[in-house]
Amino acid sequence: MRVKVIADKCEGHNRCCALAPEIFDVDDYGTATAMNDGNVPLELEAKAKLAVENCPEYAIEYVKD
Amino acid sequence: MTETPPVDDWATDFDLFDDSYRKDPGPVWKELRETCPIAHTERWGGSWLPTKYEDIQAFVRMVPELSSRNPLVVSQPKEEQEFDPVLAEYGNSAPPITSDPPDHIPMRRMILPLFTHKAVAKHSAFVETMCHELIDGFIEKGSCDAALDYAVYIPAKTIAHIIGVDAHRVDEFIGWVRGVIELNAGDADERNKYNRILRQFFGELVTERKANPKDDMISSLLAQEINGAPVSKKAVVGMCNLMLVAGIDTTWSSIGSALLHFATHPDHRRRLANEPELMPSAMEEMLRVYSPVTMAREVTEEVQTGGVTFKPGDKVLMNFPAANRDPAVFDNPDEVDLDREKNRHIAFGIGSHRCAGSNLARLEMETALRVWFERIPEFECSNPDAVIWSGGQVRGPRHLPFTFPAQ
Ligand code: HEM
Ligand code: SF4
Repeated sequence: MRVKVIADKCEGHNRCCALAPEIFDVDDYGTATAMNDGNVPLELEAKAKLAVENCPEYAIEYVKD
Repeated sequence: MTETPPVDDWATDFDLFDDSYRKDPGPVWKELRETCPIAHTERWGGSWLPTKYEDIQAFVRMVPELSSRNPLVVSQPKEEQEFDPVLAEYGNSAPPITSDPPDHIPMRRMILPLFTHKAVAKHSAFVETMCHELIDGFIEKGSCDAALDYAVYIPAKTIAHIIGVDAHRVDEFIGWVRGVIELNAGDADERNKYNRILRQFFGELVTERKANPKDDMISSLLAQEINGAPVSKKAVVGMCNLMLVAGIDTTWSSIGSALLHFATHPDHRRRLANEPELMPSAMEEMLRVYSPVTMAREVTEEVQTGGVTFKPGDKVLMNFPAANRDPAVFDNPDEVDLDREKNRHIAFGIGSHRCAGSNLARLEMETALRVWFERIPEFECSNPDAVIWSGGQVRGPRHLPFTFPAQ
């Protein structure tokens, strides 16, 4: 699984970081990025899905390779 | 508050301050969402009330047609503000909440770094100690007013600590904030009085810090630049004012509503007491179901949407609380589900004005509930009929008579 944060949509709610700190980080202005190029290890897939489903801006997407 | 006649038709004549609506607005939203879904009223200066999640997601993004320059649910008359000497000297805006492009983002970026989750984590020991001290004050009695003895002090003392203002004055701050946004919807003079007191207080403090900078938040805000020019004193007064006004009634309401929910739902209370790991999802569910904050936008260009036309000058309410009960987005939206996993609620707003203090609010709420449950796992509301709800801009319980085993 791979995910990415659409920077234009992200408004810094920090839900992704709270639910999946292993995957997401935020900068000083709250804008999130997916670490490790968005690659999600198998054991964290459920957490990544939670982040996607809780982002109030619909800013996190799955990347299809 | 001024008395208003009862409502016959919520679609054309809604009243945000109606008693039963303040107590439980869910049924009204449900009916409007199914039949209307954007209601209108002439009461309180006139406004539109959307009820669907999808509509509110769209409206917050209609910038600049829907402007933030007047985000109060009940507006203040403009003339009075223009001729007020205090407001003329110290300003009457509250950036970034009253800002539109192009000023909004630079103003917002001045305060965002102060409230990232990492930055607010530095205050967690302060909040935790305070919660314990408040509980120490009433735990031996076996009763308290959970709104006035506990919930209200948590955001008030925290923000006073962060801004760097005298902690002994928190009771005054609380009075001023309530005077501006909660108690005087129908009395412009009273509201203006408290607005003036707040402006004067921060105006003097900011002038003092400008002359003698200290190692505190006001001094560091004053040292910043916007587009190469030093930030104005008025802007910093407005920001400090906003942090007090935006942080106190709101967080107080969320903590109070959650405590009331657990006091009146013993099955949920027992679950959270026995399974503290439920806290993150339980807290988000409380924020969803008891969302406290409704904001307003002023129409600057005609907008046609969903069968209605917003005309320039109209007020459109950002009804985040109703959006959070929309069955199109939430399964069984009127039910509290402490395990709810998919919870895209918008209690902190959405879009470019997303609550800049949301990380701090969550830290305060989480700490307030966790410490309460650790110290007082068994509690009930001794008189649910005596609970008073504020309404309008911020909805929350203002009097919570609780009893528990004395310790
Ligand atoms: C549970 C508690 C809180 C809730 C529900 C809440 C809710 C909101 C909402 C809905 C907005 C959006 C305004 C709009 O769209 O016009 C907002 C904005 C804001 N809130 Fe909060 N708030 C809370 C606590 C706080 C706290 C503790 C602070 C502390 C400083 C704070 C500071 C702000 C600021 C500065 C803005 C303006 C952001 C901007 O316009 O860019 N809030 N809040
Ligand atoms: S939850 Fe969404 S909006 Fe919030 S920080 Fe993460 S990606 Fe950005």
